[in-house]
Amino acid sequence: MKTKTIYEPTEGLTERELTYCPGCTHGIIHKLTGEVLAEKGLIDEAIGVASVGCSVMSYEFFNCDMQQAAHGRAPAVATGIKRVREDHTVFTYQGDGDLASIGLAEIVHAAHRGENITVVFVNNAIYGMTGGQMAPTTLLGQKTTTSPTGRQKKAAGEPLRMSELLATIPGATYLERVSVHDPKHIRKAKKALEKAFDVQTKKQGFSMIEFISTCPVNWGINPNDSLKWAVDNLIPYYPLGVYKDATEGDHNEK
Amino acid sequence: MAKMLMKGNEAMALAAIKGGCDAFFGYPITPQNEIPEYLSFHMEENDRIFVQAESEVAAINMVYGAAGSGARVLTSSSSPGIALKQEGISYLAGSELPCVIINVMRGGPGLGGIQPSQADYNQITRGGGNGDYKLLTFAPENIQETVDIVKRSFSLADYYRNPVMIAVDGLLGQMMEPVDIDKPVEEKESGPKDWAADGFAKKRGHRNKIVSLHLDPQDLENHNLKLQKKYDEMRENEQHYELINMDDNPEIIFVAYGSMARIARSAIDTLKEEGIEVGMIRPIAISPFPQKAFENLPDSVHTLLTLEMSLGQMLQDVQIVNNGRYTLDFYGRTGGMVPGTEEIVDKVKAILKGGKQ
Repeated sequence: MKTKTIYEPTEGLTERELTYCPGCTHGIIHKLTGEVLAEKGLIDEAIGVASVGCSVMSYEFFNCDMQQAAHGRAPAVATGIKRVREDHTVFTYQGDGDLASIGLAEIVHAAHRGENITVVFVNNAIYGMTGGQMAPTTLLGQKTTTSPTGRQKKAAGEPLRMSELLATIPGATYLERVSVHDPKHIRKAKKALEKAFDVQTKKQGFSMIEFISTCPVNWGINPNDSLKWAVDNLIPYYPLGVYKDATEGDHNEK
Repeated sequence: MAKMLMKGNEAMALAAIKGGCDAFFGYPITPQNEIPEYLSFHMEENDRIFVQAESEVAAINMVYGAAGSGARVLTSSSSPGIALKQEGISYLAGSELPCVIINVMRGGPGLGGIQPSQADYNQITRGGGNGDYKLLTFAPENIQETVDIVKRSFSLADYYRNPVMIAVDGLLGQMMEPVDIDKPVEEKESGPKDWAADGFAKKRGHRNKIVSLHLDPQDLENHNLKLQKKYDEMRENEQHYELINMDDNPEIIFVAYGSMARIARSAIDTLKEEGIEVGMIRPIAISPFPQKAFENLPDSVHTLLTLEMSLGQMLQDVQIVNNGRYTLDFYGRTGGMVPGTEEIVDKVKAILKGGKQ
């Protein structure tokens, strides 16, 4: 009998069971990242940097050499790795608390130096791992354990848009915000990741793909409604699209 | 090779290149700026990596990344900058990564001052970052000794898979002395870095992870016990000190390191001319503390006088090692004030008269 493979696990991920909560889209984003690394033949030579937050254990999931960074420092760690291993693919996997709050200096300066690394940025507008506190990306009025009556502009400012912010930096080469709330967007997100890793392979400089993600447990919404909540609330404030594409320029100038 | 007249900071930078340093990550802070300045030019010239980071925090995390990839890595800073690096130093120690850190100490606390000081002793020898870990820390007294230690420290860091710190005060960083940069040093042999997450998973046959997270408490305790075994080995192997003027029946022994030991040498000479014999224990490594130096002191000794450019931090280690055997006394200046020879001479005379100052 002839068998036809219609689905199989990617070699880009290990066989370890993911530690993410049910319904969270980290799993999809892991899968896409692993697939892109494997399909492009990069997984055997890649070095990934895990951050602090829900994805702290990602060093167990990506099937390549991994280093675990302190909270927010992944872009600096990746800089150190890439500078001494310039022919290897180096990526970070960071959440919004890690990247947009405690690690703001590191991400801005890695982009500013035009480090030839790829950043997978997962934005679910909340601190998930620590139990649902307000993040810089939390929407105005959004309730969290440290904004119990909803985020107030006067006390906490307005949510930070990282792709837009980094697009103002000359050193950044490719920035795109994507979503994984339905199959069509998942396919588009994968294309964005492929582009980002291509930018690195071609030594064109800093690339970041921002994923709009969900946190059903800490948002207090079931997984299905979480996807809808992200579409109705996060995407209007964090519009999808390419924020910077400087891949046509000369990236090898001294 | 002939000696060259070199500034301490520049000599340390050149010694790092000679010691096989692959990459430097740093951030400007006085009084160590000549190290990154020198390396910004000469690392590239030697096909090595130099990055001026956005902060000390970023710099030490770049060190962590590059060290995890198997490179020989250096960072340098001064006291408040070293304070900022402590998080990364704890990660390096926890993940058992080798690196070399130069600390050109200045006065504190807080922003303090920019004059020479030894007030980072506790920060260096008691961890500084979180967790049960130790650094291997040297505190040399002249530029030749500093250069030799910097060159050797990369192999020591690799051998122990642990950060090595070279702590000098601002005086040594800023002064000039003749130095033979090519004086041979004994390197410690260690095997290939098959633990590194260097992106050769396929060639290796398995992937490597550089991690300091151990969520299971039994795993974390086991990891700490493994680290402690290494620190015990360091305590056994790395007892570095010099004994000075012990043969002329000294009643008083100085305990001093770094620039303070140089001043104490002058005091020993001055006192000798007056017929007063004083010896000195000069720790060359301060972590592990050279406890063996305190064994078998001459019978004539009754007092250990600890001298520091701080208000008595190494004194605590002397108290532990002394264990009640000798009378302990202390003299120190701090905040960037460097004691003169005469202050130390006066202190010795006061002790001998039976008085305490």
